[in-house]
Formats: sequence, structure tokens, C-alpha cells
Amino acid sequence: MATTAQTSSQGATRKGRTGFKLSLHGRKVVWAWTFLALPIVFYCWIRFYPTLSAFWMSLTDWDLLRPANFVGLANYQKLFADPLFWKVFGNTFLYLIIGTPISLVLSFVIAYYLDRVRFMHGLIRALYFLPFLTTAAALAWVWRWFYQPIPIGVFNDILAMLGFPAQPFLRSTTQALPSILVTGIWAGLGFQIIIFMAGLRAIPSTYYEAARVDGLGDWAILTKITLPLLKPTTVFLVVFSSIGFLRIFDQVYNMTTNDPGGPLNSTKPLVLMIYQTAFSSFQMGYAAAQTVVLFTILLAVSLLQLWVMRKR
Amino acid sequence: MSTQTNELRLNRSRIRPGRIIAWTLLFIGGLLMVTPLLYMFSTSLKSAGQVYDLRLIPLEPTFNNYIKVLSDGRFMRWFFNSALVAVTVTLSNVFFDSLVGYTLAKFDFRGRNLVFIAILSTLMIPTEMLVIPWYLMSSKLGWLDSYWGIMFPGMMTAFGTFLMKQFFEGVPDDFLEAARVDGLNEFTIWWKVAMPLVTPAISALAIFTFLGNWTAFFWPLIVTTSRELYTLPVGLSSFAVEQSIQWEMIMTGAALATIPTLLVFLFFQRYIVRGVMLAGLKG
Repeated sequence: MATTAQTSSQGATRKGRTGFKLSLHGRKVVWAWTFLALPIVFYCWIRFYPTLSAFWMSLTDWDLLRPANFVGLANYQKLFADPLFWKVFGNTFLYLIIGTPISLVLSFVIAYYLDRVRFMHGLIRALYFLPFLTTAAALAWVWRWFYQPIPIGVFNDILAMLGFPAQPFLRSTTQALPSILVTGIWAGLGFQIIIFMAGLRAIPSTYYEAARVDGLGDWAILTKITLPLLKPTTVFLVVFSSIGFLRIFDQVYNMTTNDPGGPLNSTKPLVLMIYQTAFSSFQMGYAAAQTVVLFTILLAVSLLQLWVMRKR
Repeated sequence: MSTQTNELRLNRSRIRPGRIIAWTLLFIGGLLMVTPLLYMFSTSLKSAGQVYDLRLIPLEPTFNNYIKVLSDGRFMRWFFNSALVAVTVTLSNVFFDSLVGYTLAKFDFRGRNLVFIAILSTLMIPTEMLVIPWYLMSSKLGWLDSYWGIMFPGMMTAFGTFLMKQFFEGVPDDFLEAARVDGLNEFTIWWKVAMPLVTPAISALAIFTFLGNWTAFFWPLIVTTSRELYTLPVGLSSFAVEQSIQWEMIMTGAALATIPTLLVFLFFQRYIVRGVMLAGLKG
């Protein structure tokens, strides 16, 4: 509220000072810059300056204790020679390469059929959407409980009831990452379904009518009309979900608190490595270099989206 | 147009058995989606001895876990912190993102495109890259472990600005001109004339910002060190670590963190779904 008063009074004084000589256009320009003044300060101070500062830090050996020294590309050399980084890089890539296709196919199939359902449509949609509204950090603990060994874990109890051997899940270096990934996919599915449904609704019915007049079957309509017309939605979701999996953190952190990113770093994603380098070992310069690498990967994904959209 | 589409789809899919199978599968899938939530609530109502019992409906439901978790006041404090942070950040975004979006959509001045592109370009910068500079900035300015420290990075967002700009572009200039002729100043025109015309966009923005901040984990985890200032997700995480294997207590904590958003959803279901669709399509 204080800011409201501040903005308007600032505008009033400026207008008063320049008097009535200003044209209508000139007065609007003054208003525009008055409205933008505080936001411009904000974006420069909280977005652009920290960005440049992160790039700069990545070239120093800053560790909070001693003043920073310029070390050139030493942090990057160290990073690319670090086997842990390549392990983490591989994990992050696994989250992305498994998570994105599975969640996209699942959400499309569900949205496609849900869109045709009339009976209890609202309820079913709500069931799928609810997980999206929950706190990832809280629900990660529920999933962690599901994955516990007998007799605590629900999954192992069910396996035992069906006569299958118990699985280590989060305690195994091979099963832990897929187990966490299931939680990640589950958490994001509702959002993707809703967006796909919005995309399906936006396709004009005339296309479907024409197709039916031409005698096309359901499958032909799906592949020749629905999917091509849905491309903008699909591309958006591919990028959105890729970025989400590349930045996965909440689930991993909460499902492996006794050994974050474990067992044996088998689940550690890049963001968790950044967090530990910066806030457990306080190697700020080294961590900044890791964030620059993350930034580069995300930038590449976004540019890829622009390129795909342009080719359409 | 959309009702027409629906009718058509209804006609097209009159093949009964297929529809029934599809409906049943969808329904089962939906139930599976909420199973973690059901188990969370179910276990939060069980005593420690019943946790290993897989029954979804507790034999002897009890609120003792809730009483125990809430008794020391920590959760209430975290609840208050999360609410304060999420509401403040949401109000700030609704105000500033709309104001900037409106200015970029409805004012003609040199540098407008530059400002727009500059703001939009910040979408490319991941939070993870900014947290280290934010942390050092906060430690220099004494913002660590304070409400302002948790809130300041999200007070304005490029996403919100872009969303609001899109919507303000659809507001007819005649409305604004008429208000100008009536002698209203530009701030009043924005606040009293233009804002009421884009309420669907405002509610979409508000819902997104609130949810994002209510569930935020990464930055609050970094910036807060004292228990009193934890937000609910960070508090819950520390609580769960401390409880170690008392799963009924952890489930109670998780349920407490989840109940508020579920209540909000029950009351505003239609707005939330529409808001997500709007934001997803326009944003």
C-alpha cells in the first residue's frame, strides 16, 4: 500500500514540475516511466546484476572466508575433470530423458480420453489434478514411506502379498533414481493433463466435422488432425517438462536426506550438487561455475523450442 | 464454439463398450493418482501401532497425532510464515506485474520494446543461478533469516508481466480514452478502469503466484537458518528428518502442509483449472 502512494505521488510531483507545457503524449510518456521506475530498479538489482555477478564469481575462487581471486577458467577445468560432475550430469540427463517422454505420453493419453468423458468429468479431472497442488517437499515423504522395506513400505507389502521378492527401491544404486522419478512424474502430471485438455479444446470443431464428412476414422483424425494442430501445446509442454526435470531438487533432497543424492550419488541431480557445493562446502566460485553450466543447458533447451516453433 | 465441439465429440463416441472401458480405466487411474494423498491422511489418523496396517480406513481413527504435532506451536508458526510470504508476494505480483504489463501494452514511448525484451529475457535465467549472488547480497544487507529475505526475489516476475501484457492488449483503447476525457489520471485509469476488465487474468496470476510461493522449497531452505522463520515445506522437511521413523507423525506433518491448498482447491476449483489453462496457453 505504501508503494501505491509512493508511485502516485512521485507521478504527481513530476507532472507538477514540468507544468502544463507537456502535450498529452508527453504526459503519457512521463506516466509510463513513472510506472516503470521501481520495476526497472528491481529487474536490474535482483535479476541482471546477480546474473552478471554469477558469471563473474564462476571465474573466481571465492569461498566466503578469503577475498575472491580471479582464477580464469580454473573452476570449469576442475568441474569437467571431476568424475562426480559427470555422474551428476548423467543423472540429470536420465531424469530428463526418461521423465519427459513418459509424462508427456501419459498426460496426452489421459487428456485425450478425459476430454471425451462427460459422466463425472469434473470429479475425474480433479483426481488427476490434485497432486499438482500439493507441496512437493511434503509428498516426497509420503512416497519415501511407500518405498520403505517390509513391514513399513506399502509397495513392498503389496509385492510380498503377490508373492514377489522385496525390492530395495531407494536403497539401491540402480532403483533409487527411477523411484524418485516416479514421484516427480506423478507431481507434474496433473498440470500437463490440464494444458493438453486446453489445447484439445482450442481445436475448432469444423476440422473434425470436415474429417468426418471425408469418412476418416478415429485414428486417422488423431494422427492427421489432432496431433498436428496440437503441436504448439506439445512443444510448450516438452520444454516446460524438460526444464522441470533438469531442475529437479525437492523430491531428491527430501527422499534421500540421510545421504543427499545417494546412495553413492546415484540420484544426485545438478541442482543438488550446486546446493551442496555452495551451502555445505561454501565453494561459491566453484558452485557458480556449475550454475553457469546449468544455465547453458536450459538456454539450449529454450532455443531448441524457438527453432522448432519457427520451422512450423 | 466449444459446446459445438463437445456435442460433436459426444455423437462421435457413441460406441458404448469402448466408452465404458475408457471411463473405468480413467477412473481407476484417477484413484491411483490420489492414493498417496489418501494414505497420507489415513496414516495421519492412525496410532503408532497401526502404521503397518495397510487398511486405508483406520480401525480406530484418532486425532492424537495432530494434537501432538500442533501442540508445540512450531507448525502454526511455519503455517503463518508461509501464509504471510505467499500472500505478500502474490499481492506484490498482482500490483507490479499488472502495472508493468499495462504500461507495456497501452503506452507508446521510445524504449518500450527494449524494456519488454529486457524483462522477458529474465525468463531465461534459472533461479539456481541467482541464489548464490542473492545469498551474498542478503548476507551483506542483513536480509538472511528474515521475511524480506524469503520474499524479495519473487516480488515481480517476467512471467506475470508477460501474461498481464497479453491480456491488457485485448482491452479496447476507447474505454481508456473515455476515462481520459473524463479527466481521470493515468494511475486511476489503470486501477479503476483497466484492471476490472482483466479479472480472469488477475486470478490466474494470483493463483499461480500463491501456489508457487506456498510450495517453494529451494530458496527458503537457503535463506532461513532459524526454525522460527522456516516456511511450511522447509519446516516439514526438518521435522521429518527429526522424527526419523515415526511415519505417522511425518504423515501428519505432510497432511498439515497439504490441507490448505486442498481447501483452496475445493472452493475455487473452476477458477484454478481455468487459470492454469489461461496461463498455460497465453504464457
